[in-house]
Amino acid sequence: MSFLTVLYALLFYTATALFIVGLAYKIRQYATTPAPLKIPTTPAPTTTGGVVFRMAREVVLFESLFKSNKWIWLFGWMFHVALALVILRHFRYFQEPVWGIISFIQPFGMYAGFFMVLGLLGLWVRRLFVERIRYITNPSDHLMLALLVGIGVSGLMMKFVRHTDIVMVKAFFLGLMRFDLQPLPNDGPLLVHLALVALLLIVFPFSKLLHAPGVFFSPTRNQVDNPRERRHLAPWAAELDK
Amino acid sequence: MAAAKFDTPKMREYPSIPALQPDATAHLKSFLAAPEHNTFLGFPGELVENWQEKAIEKMGDLLGKYRGLRVFMDACVKCGSCTDKCHYFQGTSDPKNMPVARQDLLRSVYRRYFTFAGKFFPGLVGARDLTREVLDEWYNYFHQCSQCRRCSVFCPYGIDTAEVSMAAREIMDSIGYGQKYCNEILGKVQKVGNNLGLPGPALEATLEEFAEEISDDTGCNVEIPLDREGVDVLLITPSADFFAEPHIDGLMGYAKVFHAAGISWTLSSYASEAANFSMFIGSYSNMKKVAERIRKAALDLGVKRIIVGECGHAWRVAYSFWNTLAGIGSGGDDPYAQQLQKQLDHSYPIPQHICEFTWDLIQQGKLKFDKSQNDHRVVTFHDSCNVARATRMGTEPGGQFDIPRNVIKAVCNNYVDMAPDTIREVTYCCGGGGGLLTDDLMELRVKGALPRMEALKKVIDEDKVNAMAAICAICKAQFTKIMPYYGIPMDTIVSLHQLVKDAIILPGQGEEEAEPAAEATE
Repeated sequence: MSFLTVLYALLFYTATALFIVGLAYKIRQYATTPAPLKIPTTPAPTTTGGVVFRMAREVVLFESLFKSNKWIWLFGWMFHVALALVILRHFRYFQEPVWGIISFIQPFGMYAGFFMVLGLLGLWVRRLFVERIRYITNPSDHLMLALLVGIGVSGLMMKFVRHTDIVMVKAFFLGLMRFDLQPLPNDGPLLVHLALVALLLIVFPFSKLLHAPGVFFSPTRNQVDNPRERRHLAPWAAELDK
Repeated sequence: MAAAKFDTPKMREYPSIPALQPDATAHLKSFLAAPEHNTFLGFPGELVENWQEKAIEKMGDLLGKYRGLRVFMDACVKCGSCTDKCHYFQGTSDPKNMPVARQDLLRSVYRRYFTFAGKFFPGLVGARDLTREVLDEWYNYFHQCSQCRRCSVFCPYGIDTAEVSMAAREIMDSIGYGQKYCNEILGKVQKVGNNLGLPGPALEATLEEFAEEISDDTGCNVEIPLDREGVDVLLITPSADFFAEPHIDGLMGYAKVFHAAGISWTLSSYASEAANFSMFIGSYSNMKKVAERIRKAALDLGVKRIIVGECGHAWRVAYSFWNTLAGIGSGGDDPYAQQLQKQLDHSYPIPQHICEFTWDLIQQGKLKFDKSQNDHRVVTFHDSCNVARATRMGTEPGGQFDIPRNVIKAVCNNYVDMAPDTIREVTYCCGGGGGLLTDDLMELRVKGALPRMEALKKVIDEDKVNAMAAICAICKAQFTKIMPYYGIPMDTIVSLHQLVKDAIILPGQGEEEAEPAAEATE
């Protein structure tokens, strides 16, 4: 087994473990921290079903962002939808046999790669040239965009410029999942692509990417507007009544 | 100290996003609270010696108590969606008045002390040590946020700068660095019963005068009862309604509505204040204490209903928090909440907003109006931020926008709305909310009113509007003061129930007149 294969295997085991443990830790933290007061941004739904629908519009359509700024919405939404398609497309490297739906979306996922990079570049151009957004930008914000663009471009390189032996790649990942190491092709774009993806997994629980789980726990969006009908009391606040 | 000179912003023909002027309002610092104001509320009198350590400790405490704060500190991606949404940013051009930049004053410290990235790579993620400069920046800029929540409407994660500024103020209070305006007033409400520090006998005399004035005007015997036991309704209203213009006219409006509907009611001298400034400083324990005064008054007076007068943040505290804080509401199964619930009449909302109350009576046909009494007015409505984005009226989402407008339209013939991007859910703050209605922040108040003044000027010019109704004591006080800066007469601002007062016909009123101009409304 080549050094490279072992290195990447260890990298992915570590990255996956950090991703899962780190994310689980943060999600648990969000879930167990009480929200002592009713603070939905109103008008808000008055039923749980309504809240689910509001959250779905927020997560799927980026409703609030759409109200705010059509350019940020366009680039941001384009990037996220494309990324979702691209990730779904990559499921085929982790399953045998491949699900019908995953086979079906392959061509969409392929071109989604371009829209993903386009969306990211749009956001980056705004970050560089819109004064207000430049003002609030930290180096990490640029690095995050660079990381995602790097992942997108290296992925597109393999598809459209310099093909990689994807049969071997798939064998490598199926092997990883069964703790049975298989050789990884020694291929520049692939190695860059995989290293960046591993890096993304590692930084996820430590960075602003926490917006992904965070949005579901945001009390301004996930609370039902019924404070007059139901007494809402956090455990630490209930102590004060005694 | 004489206020420094400043220029009133020019109204823009086409409101646009201003170019950044860093530190444009860095000099604006509201007065610090005196030691006795702080200690009464349970805070250290002056900045404690180990303030840095204590502040970080408090931040950790709040992160564990408030999920909102926890999520809001992590979730921001710096997308820029909120950057142009704050009225203070629009009016001052100071980039630290952009909501995300304001949050970052706290977030940068959070990252430094509570996150891996901030501990090991501070420069990379914009993490900062909590230095004296940072603390002063907190003080100045977290007292340039009126907690109006306009930015939170536009945030894809619902990050609410109001919550962040409440947390920051709570941290500052916990180390003895509180603000005079809020903390002094919170002392008065807890010692005397209202923000003004108006004692019971003075209040009684004032109310008698108003009642006489109404009775003289109408020939009907209208009362404004105080501390009357066994009546149906306890009215909790901001104490500004007892002394300020145009607030008083609103109070007289409520009195006439109660009289016309034949519903017995009272004010309480013990709980003669709807406002609860504890919300502005994020103090749960003080907010609970102030809310419990209302609970006590309701129990002592034996009322069946609690109605809240025209006040924005007070309605937020009442609608959203009273049930939590003091069991004033329905659905509580703990003994504490049940004590009060048994006494209250649950066929009405608890608590109920005065606009809900009046609108309900109008719908039942119990009130008569002569709308022509308001014909000299062309009216528009200013949605107060806390009512618009933190509460509801009626049973449907958005009732907080429709019910006040419905009441206005029932008593006025001429009504127009301001531009859609300045009202309802995306309404602009008056510029004086959230504990900023103090003379030491006049420059900020004037500049922060710019977007609302522009929208108002437009309907004044195009639709001949000469009255802007509001249902918030802070909005009314703020507009009265700052409208002249923009060349708008200060009496343009009116109480919503002032319009009701001018049009309502009390039972028996004007019966001796030959031609009653009465016109029943449906």
